[in-house]
Amino acid sequence: MAAEQYPNVYLYKRIVQAKLFIDSNYADKIDLNNISDEAYFSKFHFIRLFKKIYGKTPHQYLTSVRIDKATELLRADRPVSEVCFAVGFESLSSFGSLFKRVVGIAPTAFLEQQQQQRAQILAHPFHFVPGCFAYQNGWGENIAILK
Amino acid sequence: MIAKMTNVCVYVLNQDSALDFYTNKLGFKLKLDVPMGETTRWLTVTPPEQPELEITLFPLVVGKMFTEEVVRTLKEFVSKGIFGPGVLNCTDIFATYEELKSKGVVFIKAPTKEFYGTEALFKDDSGNFFSLQQK
Repeated sequence: MAAEQYPNVYLYKRIVQAKLFIDSNYADKIDLNNISDEAYFSKFHFIRLFKKIYGKTPHQYLTSVRIDKATELLRADRPVSEVCFAVGFESLSSFGSLFKRVVGIAPTAFLEQQQQQRAQILAHPFHFVPGCFAYQNGWGENIAILK
Repeated sequence: MIAKMTNVCVYVLNQDSALDFYTNKLGFKLKLDVPMGETTRWLTVTPPEQPELEITLFPLVVGKMFTEEVVRTLKEFVSKGIFGPGVLNCTDIFATYEELKSKGVVFIKAPTKEFYGTEALFKDDSGNFFSLQQK
């Protein structure tokens, strides 16, 4: 079968570019009006198309990217206050409440959880690897596979 | 009774490069990065909306399981694109295709209407091919 022609190539390219702009500039103060202007859409049309493709409005998507990046930074053991501003939030309280709503626990609790997991990985790395793989690769020769 | 598949392995030529590809290009999430000796890691990622499925980016190195000959053969197969580890689903294949192309992902089939949906094929940084589908 021949490759399907896009329903509207330019439209897709513009919306994708807007999404990639958010992916790269989430830490900055992003004015969604500017994005829709750059994409040559009216704001309303832009939001409608973006939501149709990504299932979220640009603002909802920006928030999800920021929270996502925040979890990555917390996993890398960066302090909560630093993470908050590094991903584009302007206040710790709004970051904290949004993070908790999305992730289910507060950023400080998430950070502690990650620190504990890292410590466990260092202390007992084989607790995190299915025994069969570790055994077959000769990782940790003292593993009793059927224990 | 078997209920779910939770771990699958994808053979990769270089774990650092694979991690960059799967997280920064495909948008997967890093799940576990456990050092296993000096040169290899137990490295798993999950699809963005499927955190319960861990994909192990498995290094091809000589060990108890793989002899030098096996490693050489597997590396050749992987880099020649013999292995197709699976099918990835997306909500909008045209947008996903455009985004991945703009990130430098190599496609071997553009979105094409098939009986089972619209499908494109791309390669990972090692050479494994994936089917990208929208039902």
